[in-house]
Amino acid sequence: MKIRLLAGLLALGMAAAGCGGATVESSPSASAGAPQGGSSSSAGTVKIAINPWVGYEASANVVAYLLKNELGYTVELPEIKEQLAWEGFENGSVDVIIENWGHPDLKKTFIEEKKVAVEAGSTGNKGVIGWYIPKWMADKYPDITDSKNLNKYADLFKTSESGDKGQLLFGDPSYVSNEDALIKNLKLNFKVVVGGSEAALIKGAQQAQEQQKALLFYFWDPHWLFNKTQLVRVNLPAYTEGCDADPKKVACDYPEMDLDKIVSKKFADTGGKAYELVKNFNWTNDDQNAVANDMTNNGMTGEQAAKKWVEANTAKWQAWIPK
Amino acid sequence: MSSTTAVGAPSRLRLPRWAAPAGVAALIVVAYLVFRGTGTLPHDKEAPQFLAVTELREWIDEHRNESPLFLYFLNYIRLFVGSLYDLFSGALTALGWPGLTGVLGGLAWLAGGWRIALLAVAGVSAFGVLGLWQSSVETLALVAVAVLLSLAIGVPIGVWAGRSARVRRAVTPVLDVMQIMPTFAYLAPLALFFHIGAPAGAIATMIYAIPPAIRITALAVSEVSPTAVEASGSLGATGRQTLFKVVLPLARPTIALAVNQTIMMALSMVVIANLIAAPGLGGDIIRGLSRAQVGIMLPAGVAVVVMAIVLDRMTTALARRGPHARPRRLDLAAAGALAAAGLALIPVLPRAWPEGWTLNVTAEINAVVRWAETSWYPVTTFVKDQTSVLLLNPLESLLTSAPWWLVALTVLAVAWRVSGPRAALTALGCLLAIALLGTWEHAMQTMTTVALAVLITLMIGLLLGVAAARSPRYSAVQRPLLDAAQTMPAFVYLLPALALFETTRFTAIFASIIYAVPPVVRLVEDGIKAVPAEVVEAAVSAGSTPGQLLWKVQLPMARRAILLAANQGIVMTLAMVVVGGLVGAGALGYDVVVGFSQRTDFGLGFVAGVATVLLGVMLDRITQGADRRPSPHRRKST
Repeated sequence: MKIRLLAGLLALGMAAAGCGGATVESSPSASAGAPQGGSSSSAGTVKIAINPWVGYEASANVVAYLLKNELGYTVELPEIKEQLAWEGFENGSVDVIIENWGHPDLKKTFIEEKKVAVEAGSTGNKGVIGWYIPKWMADKYPDITDSKNLNKYADLFKTSESGDKGQLLFGDPSYVSNEDALIKNLKLNFKVVVGGSEAALIKGAQQAQEQQKALLFYFWDPHWLFNKTQLVRVNLPAYTEGCDADPKKVACDYPEMDLDKIVSKKFADTGGKAYELVKNFNWTNDDQNAVANDMTNNGMTGEQAAKKWVEANTAKWQAWIPK
Repeated sequence: MSSTTAVGAPSRLRLPRWAAPAGVAALIVVAYLVFRGTGTLPHDKEAPQFLAVTELREWIDEHRNESPLFLYFLNYIRLFVGSLYDLFSGALTALGWPGLTGVLGGLAWLAGGWRIALLAVAGVSAFGVLGLWQSSVETLALVAVAVLLSLAIGVPIGVWAGRSARVRRAVTPVLDVMQIMPTFAYLAPLALFFHIGAPAGAIATMIYAIPPAIRITALAVSEVSPTAVEASGSLGATGRQTLFKVVLPLARPTIALAVNQTIMMALSMVVIANLIAAPGLGGDIIRGLSRAQVGIMLPAGVAVVVMAIVLDRMTTALARRGPHARPRRLDLAAAGALAAAGLALIPVLPRAWPEGWTLNVTAEINAVVRWAETSWYPVTTFVKDQTSVLLLNPLESLLTSAPWWLVALTVLAVAWRVSGPRAALTALGCLLAIALLGTWEHAMQTMTTVALAVLITLMIGLLLGVAAARSPRYSAVQRPLLDAAQTMPAFVYLLPALALFETTRFTAIFASIIYAVPPVVRLVEDGIKAVPAEVVEAAVSAGSTPGQLLWKVQLPMARRAILLAANQGIVMTLAMVVVGGLVGAGALGYDVVVGFSQRTDFGLGFVAGVATVLLGVMLDRITQGADRRPSPHRRKST
């Protein structure tokens, strides 16, 4: 009892004295962009979160390559999923999200309310999520591309995982997703089966087209796979402004998004040239697909693929380098 | 209700022994057929329980920098643990690879001589060779912080519990629950209070690793001979002197074992801590998982195993030494020389592991896995699909379509029969709480997966255990394998499962089987070996065939050990099935994973974490009769 009283008094005293206590931001390891004492060769450290799809990695690796080799920064690429990365802005574990897919709710929370993040402009990539089937299915069942007819073909999509319903193959648990709501609101006799990764989706899609197997799956553009395997998008009810406002009531397709970059407020304020480079970074879907393709299908590491692209596209990236 | 009393009370009528259980079973079947599809509790992602927790999290997020609880307490803890982690990772990074190798080698020499030192040097070099130097250092720092905190808190509590029976009685049930808690359950609350990142990861790891620190220390202290304590007291030593000069030195070897166990627990948690953005090798594992590339995961898994082996051997060597042994001067010199050599090389050699010395096998491993996939694909797919279609799906729909009250009554009846009324009521309470939390359907699905995995585990375990008990030569081959298997961090078992079966429910089942079989085999083997030789001899001389000996004598007499094995198997399987949420096992484990991936599902993940704990307690209570209840004088027909 005494101790509690004492602690209470102490807390009061500290508050009265204007000692603010510890906030989340007061983290010992927050070193965004600030020059580090130890090594004189490095201009600072930039932490670019890595989200689990190869297109994102392609962008991150090209930016990282330029930060390292043109501006002399140290770059860390921690594996942090989409929504956690936003939280990382708050305590300094993330400086940059290089490819953000919408997330108006997170923008509201972290940019407007908490003021720990800021937008850093478009990546130039146009992104759209959708439901896809292999082309042979669209050829064989012409009306399957209308979501209204999906229930008619649900039996084709049954697997041991989906039981007596059709399977809708999904990717990484962290991806942007309206799938549950769509199935419910469009009254589809389907079940979301989580493949767990982009790789599972790609493999499923390739097998489905090559071996003429049925598959309905979640996928997105920009993606190199569209250059290799013929896929057809299933038309969900068309997107209209605001039809996805309430996540529970979504009954429409995904919108085309202007993918953008988000950085921590701290990085925007103190990141110097690194921030400028991130802000200037802007390329096309084809650029990204080329790098992503090298990473996935030509056995290159992210760094090698980035180097190849950088060497071949000097004019493009030189426009990003701050003067 | 009448059905349950029929189970509890021994039948007074002159009915055959099996009549009561069979009658109850028949009643349950009839009730299922009549009431199927009614009274089910389908899963609702938007259940108010989940939304409430999500809202709580939003509230906490908003007030993290305002509420005094956070400003003056939790955030300071976070800051403290964070600085501790930075200190360790900073120091380890500053040592660079030559320094770290030298220092760890020296410490290993001190602990157990040149062999252990060689192992440590080789192990540390392996991190570099695998191309995982930086992640390994981060994991090492995280483990160091977690273990240090565990010991700083656990050892004093353990000493206290060892000296006071009342404290021990208060602490034991808490530790019991902590030890059957699946790793996943720790993460959400910690992310809630300590945000994400290294500090939250270190705290989660600490909490997970603390039970053995407390338990084994308490055991060590309570086992110190009372004569020694008395003698010390009668010589006029104060309580404090007795503790520090007599009790603790005498208990030292056992306390070293506590350190060992704490480190092992910590290592199996640090990987999972990556889900809340803790740094280290877990990141590489998760990266491999989200790219479906075993080639990325395997080296990281090997690095964790190597780390486990090095630290295990070091601390085991420490534990083996006598209570008052001092290191010999020669060893001291050698260890010092090794450490000094490492430190001296720091300025000469680069701090980062030279890239030319790494062995990048990612592509090769991926190629092997691809080869295995393509050539075994028909077989693995067949096994996976048949298991799912023939066993998993029917069992799952059985459990999810049964009315909740029927499942509850069945659990009550079975638990009562196996473990007595008290355990049965606890199990029932847990099950009802699961229903109230809104996680019924997913809990039933998880239970299906667990049930199937346990069944297969027990079958394999019995087979191998019996084989080992009957053939000493086979046992000699198997034992080191079991030892090795039990030092490995749990998630390592996910890798081969994933390589063979991709992400499905079956993957988790396969992983949990290979995770849980070793302890089950061991318990069964020990149980059968413990059957007195005279009994066996008597049976043999009475003309039993080996088969009869096994079925009529050895197995029934080893019943307790086998039930204990079942209990262990269930608890371990549940832990693994929940982690299996990462590799395609749906239900509760996946809910936890989603809870970290999607902010709007935080509540779902949090509640699912709680539900896994309840499920664990329930399954444990149903089967714990093995420990407490004396084996019945009449043989059971089970």
